[in-house]
Amino acid sequence: MSATHEPRRGPFVRELLGRSDYAIIGDIVEPGTRVLDLGCGEGELLQWLAENKNVDARGIEIVAAKVRGAISRGVSAYQGDIEDGLEDYPDQAFDYIILSQTLQETRRPLKVLREMLRVGRRAIVAFPNFGHWSVRASMLLSGGAPRNKLFPHDWYDSPNIHFLTVHDFESLALKEGLTIEKRYFLAGHRRVAMFPNLTAEVAVFLVRR
Amino acid sequence: MVIHPSTVRCDSFTLESGATLTPVEVAYQTYGVLNGARSNAILILHAFSGDAHAAGISQETGKPGWWDNMIGPGKAFDTDLYYVICTNVLGGCRGTTGPSSPDPATGKPYAMSFPVITIRDMVRLQKRVTDSLGIERLLAAAGGSMGGMQALEWAVSFPQGVAAAIPIATTARHTAQQIAFNEVGRQAVLADPDWNNGDYYGGTPPARGLAVARMVGHITYMSDESMREKFGRKLRSREKKGYDFSGDFEVENYLRYRGSEFVNRFDANSYLYITKAMDLFDLSNGSLSLASIFEKVTARFLVISFTSDWLYPSYQSQEIVRALRGRNCDVAYCELPSNHGHDAFLVDVAEQSDLVRGFLASTFSRETR
Repeated sequence: MSATHEPRRGPFVRELLGRSDYAIIGDIVEPGTRVLDLGCGEGELLQWLAENKNVDARGIEIVAAKVRGAISRGVSAYQGDIEDGLEDYPDQAFDYIILSQTLQETRRPLKVLREMLRVGRRAIVAFPNFGHWSVRASMLLSGGAPRNKLFPHDWYDSPNIHFLTVHDFESLALKEGLTIEKRYFLAGHRRVAMFPNLTAEVAVFLVRR
Repeated sequence: MVIHPSTVRCDSFTLESGATLTPVEVAYQTYGVLNGARSNAILILHAFSGDAHAAGISQETGKPGWWDNMIGPGKAFDTDLYYVICTNVLGGCRGTTGPSSPDPATGKPYAMSFPVITIRDMVRLQKRVTDSLGIERLLAAAGGSMGGMQALEWAVSFPQGVAAAIPIATTARHTAQQIAFNEVGRQAVLADPDWNNGDYYGGTPPARGLAVARMVGHITYMSDESMREKFGRKLRSREKKGYDFSGDFEVENYLRYRGSEFVNRFDANSYLYITKAMDLFDLSNGSLSLASIFEKVTARFLVISFTSDWLYPSYQSQEIVRALRGRNCDVAYCELPSNHGHDAFLVDVAEQSDLVRGFLASTFSRETR
């Protein structure tokens, strides 16, 4: 059976395909639903969802070699840019749109988020929390752009162009009138509850309009 | 691998134009074994100059099939798992009724009295063949170039008749440029005095015109890069330029060879009819949008294009993909890197095989779930 059955109860989250946020996403997605994964990579998560949750799994990925990998494992992926790749889809075509660790890399994150909630009934958004204490400490102590485990890149070759915190996402959701149905905060394999804006390394939100 | 060549005869077949052919014969080959549930059948659709001999070594000619690198045990279209069928298209000259076939009314070849045919006619005739084999629903219809047009037409014409379509290096309709190249080919045939208004059977065929048509075709199938790599400015078996028109360059020699070789295996009138069918093909039926055409489609799609294919450029595949997304159809799409131009789907098959293999496996498991 899946390794994702009880992430909500204990303080520890097991991994799915080597990632704790995948374990959370795997738990959120209801069986038999339609799922679109933005930036699906080689389709590992989608393949898992198709096999274990019987979902209709589709993906978008911009890197051609990863698209080939995804299609080779039977995932309906197509090569495209998530910034404008959603516009062809009709409204509410999917039950879930997944955006895992990519929001901070998009050029226009608000447009992407709005499109996600046009095309999907719900959005699952996972992102690294720029408000984590280690990020704050890194910047405070070094005086340079933060570099740590969460944000390992030098400022000049980082794919991350829009840094956001747990607090930022919640504020945006409020401003956009979105309902946050579920929120998960992770530090390593631990779920954290206290001061998530300071303690969460990764946040996973389930939102709807 | 064992090849099973066969022929199906239809007593009467009415075309989209309203004309009726009585009878029609279709040459086809099969590879692999049809399973008990008849759920593992894949129809392979050949491109313009192909035929039913898609795989294996022909006993007759000793030559491998045109997609032998894709079809066979352990290959992308794995004949250990799937039952693979390939028919020669309507209007062809390799065993299926076409302009070179005898008109039962006169006993002589149809020649130009053969009615104009369409891609949809080809597909409807293929459906007769699969029906005759007891196959209600194909696992997949797959092909490149004109074969890709047929794969698209299968998904649209028979929404319940096919679980998946694999159109490769193709388009939903020819552009002016594609029609223009075909017209140059046709005019080369028509300009040859031996064509004789199509009435050359039993006499001298318009070999020079057909060879020129094929030379133009071959240029469009390659890319600037692949031609540079293959020929460059290499001289043909001589030390220096000849200052005459006997053919200095390797590329000239190659095109002449491909042209003359083609004449031996292809009928000039079939060239006219089949290129016309490609030019007439328009999945969107002229006025309607592509997306509305896909309204009833239930098939999954794997669409593949190639970076250096300038005859059927990627934007044409992407147009199909976007229309399918607009209907929320299940579509996978990848543009594969290749410098082989349009020929890539025939020669650059390693990555294409990975895509097809994974896509077919997941389609088959869904169908049999």
